[in-house]
Amino acid sequence: MDKTILTVENISKNFGGVAAIVRVSFELQEGELLGIIGPNGSGKTTLVNLLTGFVKPDSGTVIYQGRNITGKMPYKIAELGIARTFQMVKPFYQLSAFKNLIIPLYSSRVKKLRGGKYGDRDDVAIDLLEDVGFERDSFVPYKIASSLPHGYLKRLELARCLALRPDLLILDELFSGMSMSEVASTLPIIEKLNAEGLSIIMVEHRLKELFRIAHRVIALNFGAKIADGPPRTMMENEAVKAAYLGSEDED
Amino acid sequence: MKYRKERLDRGIKARCEDIFALSSYKEISYLLFPRVLPVAILLILPLLQGVIGLYWEKVLMITCMIALLALSWDLMASVGLISLGQALFFGTGAYITGYLNFAFKLPPILTIPLGTIGGALFSTLLLLPVLRLRGVYFAIVTLTMPLLLSRFIETTKILGGTEGMSALSPLPNIWVELYVPVFALLICLFGFRRLINEDYGLVLQGIRDNDRAVMSGAINIYWFKAQAVFIAGIAGAFAGAFMTHYYRFVGMPAFAMDYSILPLTAAVLGGVGTFAGPTIGAFILMPLSESLRAVGTLRVVFYSAILIICVVGLPEGIFHYLRRKYHQFERMVDVG
Repeated sequence: MDKTILTVENISKNFGGVAAIVRVSFELQEGELLGIIGPNGSGKTTLVNLLTGFVKPDSGTVIYQGRNITGKMPYKIAELGIARTFQMVKPFYQLSAFKNLIIPLYSSRVKKLRGGKYGDRDDVAIDLLEDVGFERDSFVPYKIASSLPHGYLKRLELARCLALRPDLLILDELFSGMSMSEVASTLPIIEKLNAEGLSIIMVEHRLKELFRIAHRVIALNFGAKIADGPPRTMMENEAVKAAYLGSEDED
Repeated sequence: MKYRKERLDRGIKARCEDIFALSSYKEISYLLFPRVLPVAILLILPLLQGVIGLYWEKVLMITCMIALLALSWDLMASVGLISLGQALFFGTGAYITGYLNFAFKLPPILTIPLGTIGGALFSTLLLLPVLRLRGVYFAIVTLTMPLLLSRFIETTKILGGTEGMSALSPLPNIWVELYVPVFALLICLFGFRRLINEDYGLVLQGIRDNDRAVMSGAINIYWFKAQAVFIAGIAGAFAGAFMTHYYRFVGMPAFAMDYSILPLTAAVLGGVGTFAGPTIGAFILMPLSESLRAVGTLRVVFYSAILIICVVGLPEGIFHYLRRKYHQFERMVDVG
């Protein structure tokens, strides 16, 4: 954990006068698992959108692996190895689960990584689904996405990212809407990915689970960074407490 | 006593789903029948000139052309691009073909392929800046494109202006006139069906379902959309190119609203997203419209009435209905 993979410097974004992100800076080391927390509307998803190019920042820079990727197109950023999940899962509903993964597997990034033509995409897709907990020998991987339960869709979303063989994975509230057992079965998958050296940014509302696996946590409130440190310090942090519970002098 | 309608798959459908389809001639013919029959009819129809008459042979040809435009519409719809302006493809293909023949005296064997490729390329370039639009916004732009081009030709008086270009080379003989459209239609129909089920086609379908997820899969959706528009443009521009030499004339009617509306209606009537549906739709619409000529001015009224009845009665589209009937049977079950 000595090499910086992502550097965010003073990034800001306004939506018509509403400051969604205010001069946020942080660094991510290679292989680090960084959590991002904050109350509703604190700008977590906007930050993810800024990092992945879906929203262009008003000011500030994002440096990834020594490259300035500020304001690049989303597909260019994904091609460089940043994969993201969406908070609102929107799979390709009319395709079966494994065919959902054919789409990222078709990208030039995957072709490049494998060297030349990518072999049998279907098999790779089924393998990926098995990695995120789809039962291989069942019908589940072959079911049409619109018929899958929400927990599976979330994990399908994760598999869609892993198909890119990313260097940095950004999970936008992966656990929201998952049942306790689904979370319990997904946590080890993320821990394993991280142990294999994948850098991960997790935006999460489920603090207990996040704090168990995160190396470091950043707290946002009203678009500004209010705390940065190891998870165990977060619960004692006055600013974080105030953001979640409301401070006394507020009213 | 209450009854409920229940739909069940036919046993033979399950037996045909895998390699077991090859187990007996029954399964094989169950699979082949709906595919081979329409192809056979299409191939035989041009031979029956003595039976159905030359007039209806011409109707067959024009039907094939509208079916091509409908297929082109359906391919664009598969990428999530709803077009109201298939006349753009038809018109550009027609004008390029006509101009090459009119100005350089190139024979149809050269002008038609050149017009097809050129028309598709020109339309794609024209639509390139608006590919980031979605839904109704894209539709409105495509609606205006043919109007824009025809007004441009009218006011600048280029390419023959309002007069158009006439006395173009005719097609060699009646067999070319009939079989080229039939083969073009079959190639497009089966080609597009194959294309959309390939990995490449899955990407296109993904763009329709959720373009943001495709983008975050490191895929440049605008490049793929442009490719899809070009492929769809090939089918549409070919229709224009071919009709130019059939009519031996190209003029502003090439951008007529008919070529935008008829393919769209055929696709909706037949069933969107299946390719076979829009083809069936065209083969219902065009002969229907021709046979109603006898009614005179009331033709449009009858035509519209039949259309409304079909669309309200079978909102899923005729093809989906037929496919369901072929694979499933219905029975009433007692639910107490």
